[in-house]
Amino acid sequence: MQVHLRIQRFNPEVDSKPYFEEYDVEVEPTDRVLDALNKVKWFRDGTLTYRRSCAHGVCGSDAMRINGRNRLACKVLIRDVGTDITIEPLVGFRVIRDLVVDMEPFFNAYKSVMPFLINDDPEPTTERLQSPENRERFDDTTKCILCACCTSACPITWTNDEFVGPAAIVNAHRFIYDSRDQGAADRLAVLNQKSGVWRCRTVFNCTEACPRGIQVTRAIEEVKRSLLTGDVS
Amino acid sequence: MYHRFDAVIVGAGGAGLMAAAQLAGKANVAVISKLYPTRSHTGAAQGGVAAALGNLEEDHWIWHMFDTVKGGDYLVDQDAAEVLAREAIDAVYELEHMGLPFNRTPDGRIDQRRFGGHTRNFGEGPVRRACYAADRTGHMILQTLYQQGIKHQVTFFNEMMMLDLLITDDGVCTGVVGYDIHSGEIHVFHAKAVLLATGGFGRVFKVTSNALSLAGDGCAIAFRRGLPLEDMEFFQFHPTGIYKLGILLSEACRGEGGILRNDKGERFMERYAPTLLDLAPRDMVSRSIYMEIREGRGINGQDYVHLDLTHLPAEVIETKLPDITDFVRTYMGLDPVKDLIPIQPTAHYGMGGIPTDVDGRVTIDEENTVLPGLYAAGECACVSVHGANRLGTNSLVDLIVFGRRAGRHMLKTINENDFHPLPKEPDFRARAEVSALLEGDGTENANVIREELQEAMFRDCGVFRTAEGLISLREKLTELRHRYSRVGVRDKNRTFNMDLVETIETGYLLDIAEAVVAGALAREESRGGHFREDFPERDDVNWLKHTLAYRTSGGIEMRYKPVVITRFEPKERKY
Repeated sequence: MQVHLRIQRFNPEVDSKPYFEEYDVEVEPTDRVLDALNKVKWFRDGTLTYRRSCAHGVCGSDAMRINGRNRLACKVLIRDVGTDITIEPLVGFRVIRDLVVDMEPFFNAYKSVMPFLINDDPEPTTERLQSPENRERFDDTTKCILCACCTSACPITWTNDEFVGPAAIVNAHRFIYDSRDQGAADRLAVLNQKSGVWRCRTVFNCTEACPRGIQVTRAIEEVKRSLLTGDVS
Repeated sequence: MYHRFDAVIVGAGGAGLMAAAQLAGKANVAVISKLYPTRSHTGAAQGGVAAALGNLEEDHWIWHMFDTVKGGDYLVDQDAAEVLAREAIDAVYELEHMGLPFNRTPDGRIDQRRFGGHTRNFGEGPVRRACYAADRTGHMILQTLYQQGIKHQVTFFNEMMMLDLLITDDGVCTGVVGYDIHSGEIHVFHAKAVLLATGGFGRVFKVTSNALSLAGDGCAIAFRRGLPLEDMEFFQFHPTGIYKLGILLSEACRGEGGILRNDKGERFMERYAPTLLDLAPRDMVSRSIYMEIREGRGINGQDYVHLDLTHLPAEVIETKLPDITDFVRTYMGLDPVKDLIPIQPTAHYGMGGIPTDVDGRVTIDEENTVLPGLYAAGECACVSVHGANRLGTNSLVDLIVFGRRAGRHMLKTINENDFHPLPKEPDFRARAEVSALLEGDGTENANVIREELQEAMFRDCGVFRTAEGLISLREKLTELRHRYSRVGVRDKNRTFNMDLVETIETGYLLDIAEAVVAGALAREESRGGHFREDFPERDDVNWLKHTLAYRTSGGIEMRYKPVVITRFEPKERKY
């Protein structure tokens, strides 16, 4: 079948502003949108630029806006988006070229929540114990692949550069509720600042956008509740 | 730009980051990655990481060692396999201490499950040895190790592609040259110790579980610089790739009780591996699938069979195999709870690579002479712990055990040595390569060359091989190499030029393919992942030895080195 792609282009070396370029390509209904992009890049227009790696939705490289929704290009099939496909870079990020955006502010926000286990007790000679229930408590937020679909879908991030964004909160959540971790108070202090969870207006765009099915808004709400009650269980 | 670090690690997957974790805070370390670190392909590993913790039933490292040796069809270096099996235990605990969220037993210990080829008491039956985090163990390892990098303030150079390895005339590795994908600038990294942890090269085949970026960069560059590649003919085809797409469905599916069925609905592994059945090693299962297909028992006579999970409780599928369930639903529109899943073997893992000793030091000949300053770990390296066929979960074990050992040994090198001077004009070759591609007027499209290469390799150098097929493949590679000499990059820009990146990668894949085919043609026997239809038996008299492929002006030269045998004499491999 033939699909019509409308792709936002921008090359900082020659363009003063972004524009759309259109391509018709032959694909199978079961192909991924990434396959369509590859067909254009490999055989039609070598200058089309985007990130990609694993091609099956686990590495998080190819987050982009497909028909107005943040998706991984490798996790959306042609048959699910129809024959007219508009592809744009993630909103709220500086465009480096075509569909490639600057991820540095996103990773800096991630780093700001101390996304690593904090535990100053001496390490045991075997594993630290953790009950299956305690392990289950933060399972959902361990799935994050840092693709930025959620953060870019959040309307607050479009106008507020300070807000750490949903992905950073998800990764704080992953440690705050880990029974082995001792850094919850420090992380909650970061998220209690004006750049933290209180910017969230519970729009649920983040949950809708997550390609890993993480209940992002719920995680944010849990962090808010812990800030109000002091309870991190 | 010029940079100077005690240690430079190329590649930010499990091996590179595990090494970085050993060096962080003790030395000035930089990690260079072609991607963002969390995009590395370690994150795609699913099922588990083996270690004889014995949390659920009796287990011993020596059983793990034996399984590794036997699984590798006795081509494994047994001194290395012993290190792997012994140190896996500590390395898994280290990951847990770093915060890795393993699944847990009711009493709070790390949960373990069955995996192909892992047995109790030297082959008596399956054992629960694979430590896991649902079916995203690799994702958790990658995230946990990257988090450690952040915690210890490791310097990362993201989206920086290695173009060259700097080895002086007196044979010391003094650094690497990188290409900054963002700006198109060339960077020189001067170091006392360099670790290549660049991952695999599965993109040399058409149907593969490997990421688009896995072009064997580190192996190809080492090969071009005159270093050997070991045992490249041994490539693993994982039995359960999604039909046509090649996306991996973890062996954990069978570890949890999944069954392979042919067109008649038969559990055909009963014929090929009566004891371990569907949990036989991957090379045997992949061959068995093709035997069924050849005998007309593929589904509807086609080139695939079914993976059947429908008899498992829906809860097991949803909670222990959630990502796989998601893949099957997303890419096939099927539900593993009630539908049979079409699968075919998919190119998955290179057992061969850059030869190293058990400390990750790169060795350059039959006598295991060390090249000072250069290390390799992970899939790009060949220790050799996987021999002719890697066991499931042992790739992650390899990353953490030998990434850790390499990191620790690098620290020793750093503390004992001063900076060795760089070669004159260290970035000369890299600059010449980039300008030739950007300024040249070649017309061949690298993507067309790559697709022809992948097709030919999958057809003639896949699960079954013959001299006839390999010789015609070698001719095809010569033709592709000739066309590549006239390749043209269509994108001439400096900013994020992925056309240039992919063109360079295609060159790497051509080099790798030549080494694989040369090894496959030389090795006139069948062992593990290498099956020659014209030499269907294992031949220990002539071929119980490693191949070393060297790139010379006259073509590929093959040399050989002995296998290290310590505890287990080679025996026939039955399951």
